[in-house]
Amino acid sequence: MAVGEPSITRNSTWTVETVQVCGRDISFQKGGSGPPLLLLPRDNGHPPRHEFLDLLAADFTVCYPWLPGFHSGHPDGWQWLANVRDLAIVQRQLVESLHLGRLTVVGLGFGGWVAAEMATMAPGLLERLVLVAPMGVQPVNGYIYDQFIVGSETYARAGFADQAAFDAVYGAEPDFDQLESWETDREMTSRLAWKPYMYNPTLPGLLAGVAAPTLILWGDADQVVPAECGEAFRASMPNASLEVVAHAGHAVDVEQPRALAGRVAAFCKNAT
Amino acid sequence: MHLMYFTEQPLSSWDPETTELEEVAVGGGKTQRVTALLHSNKNFDPRDGSRLYNERLDEYQYVDELGFDGIMLNEHHTAPFCMSPRINLFATLLARLTKQVKIVLLGNPLPIWDNPVHLAEELAIVDMISNGRLVSGFVRGGGVENIQANVNPLFNRERFEEAHDLVIKAWTQPGPFRWEGKHYQFRVVNPWATPLQKPHPRIWVPGVASRETVVWAAQHRYPYIGLNTNFDVSQKIKDLYVEAARGVGYEPGPENFGQLLQCHVAETEEKAERNAREFMWMRGEFTGLAHPVWGSPTGYGSPSNRKSLIEIAAGRRPLNVPPPLNQRRLEHTFVWGTPDQVITQLKHVLDNNRVGILALWGNDGRINHEDSMNCIRLLGKEVLPALRDHAKKLGLKDPFEADAPVSLTQGPSEVLAPA
Repeated sequence: MAVGEPSITRNSTWTVETVQVCGRDISFQKGGSGPPLLLLPRDNGHPPRHEFLDLLAADFTVCYPWLPGFHSGHPDGWQWLANVRDLAIVQRQLVESLHLGRLTVVGLGFGGWVAAEMATMAPGLLERLVLVAPMGVQPVNGYIYDQFIVGSETYARAGFADQAAFDAVYGAEPDFDQLESWETDREMTSRLAWKPYMYNPTLPGLLAGVAAPTLILWGDADQVVPAECGEAFRASMPNASLEVVAHAGHAVDVEQPRALAGRVAAFCKNAT
Repeated sequence: MHLMYFTEQPLSSWDPETTELEEVAVGGGKTQRVTALLHSNKNFDPRDGSRLYNERLDEYQYVDELGFDGIMLNEHHTAPFCMSPRINLFATLLARLTKQVKIVLLGNPLPIWDNPVHLAEELAIVDMISNGRLVSGFVRGGGVENIQANVNPLFNRERFEEAHDLVIKAWTQPGPFRWEGKHYQFRVVNPWATPLQKPHPRIWVPGVASRETVVWAAQHRYPYIGLNTNFDVSQKIKDLYVEAARGVGYEPGPENFGQLLQCHVAETEEKAERNAREFMWMRGEFTGLAHPVWGSPTGYGSPSNRKSLIEIAAGRRPLNVPPPLNQRRLEHTFVWGTPDQVITQLKHVLDNNRVGILALWGNDGRINHEDSMNCIRLLGKEVLPALRDHAKKLGLKDPFEADAPVSLTQGPSEVLAPA
């Protein structure tokens, strides 16, 4: 998959757009129809095959950026960002520049941390918030998986409860382009989240100010972010609920796309 | 010619045959048993530590008594191959325990210091207590050094350069001054400890041919010391250094180049070879740091090596396997034997490399204290005099003999002669 190509889905109407934020380029996939939804990816990029995207696109107009500085996210233009809150500010500026209005924000893993930070700084932006196994809060009894001690493929595989599901998306031996894009992703992740590793000590306090209805989802076999972080997020937010998705690791969107999409759709119909 | 002695200070009580090693994933579905970083320190017994540290200090004092020009020190962390996790501690001990050797730090890993001002102070104190015998080398620190210090490898080079600049300023510019840099910020820099040597202690830069480091050293006019580099690599380093040096307006000579090599001497070749095998104790890769990710973590490596580093990290390409023992002897990165044999081999090294600085790495693995002292004795009494003669014939002067400038920006050195 070359730089900036949309993930392969059955829906052929995905486009790629590039706009300028802070005077620099940001690119995103766009597709579907319905109310606007911002989907923020995990720290190892857009999976090359992504059924979850199609499912979301049935109910929403999905904007799915490549995170600035990450692979396909114009890395040369964004190396001056220093932390995840900087990233969240840029995403917020993106949303405003697209005139999306109040929208649903869905964050996957690292993207969930970005989404949570966005919510704390712009509560009025949100119709509702969905956080899927987000980083961002420090676990008490365990640790968030340290990706920097292992190789990028090992980390990507750690996101899957079923290695066959990984192979189906990335191949049993991911090609050099995929390895190279993961390396770019790691460099930016390192820039933003080396230490404290994958959490913001002030985030729980700031989340108390996010009144938007929030659904937190966690795979029952997540080896990357401990399940206790789900409860920590829920307890920090005034209007949040927590649900578990069965037979899923950290990459819930790839392992259980239909179950996840179903929960998101149900939440969006019912939440006020 | 500057001839110095080196040891990694191995934890000689660590048994490669019986110690249980942790197994970690290294990509491509493979695993590797590791002897660093995640190898548990439950295998460290401070009773052995106590004995070994004191034996090392006896060895260093003997090196000094025998008239070597220097003792080379280094620093590594979280591994049994090196018992020196703080180079400045040993420098301070040697400042008082030795009388005449240069105390050559190769080197302080600058990026893992959060306070370069404190580093500048410590080094100044070593220089003062030793009566001006410090050579203050600096390094980037290996991947493992950065990981265990929790310093972001992505900023390793930037921190190296900024910390260096701050140390030089703390040494040479009267305080108080302020420093607001990208990685270091100090509202008051005013250390009441400055070096005896003026303009400041010499700085030598060791490495294994990272291009950027060679160029940086050349542009600062700091001698570069190749670590176990074979003739080809040594020549590449030299060519790169010379080009960079000419670019900033000077012609380097032997005083700009140095070489470390493994060197064990004994009365018989058989005994020397038996001990030489101990240098291969870390499963053949002497540091045990050969991990495809830890060796060069994300953001650490040269951009020019990106493709191969990605392949290595994913287990698609093997790490460069260090050559076996006999090949090292052929390549002259490891010389061993009787004094005569070692003299012949080292003369060949000097003939080829034309370096003004030579570091001889005399012990490793489980070589015992008696054999280490014996090696030092034979080096000091028999090998060094022969090498000095030979170096003189070749005109190989070290930076002190050549009175080389301390750096590009500092003119000829003025050394405050100790009383």
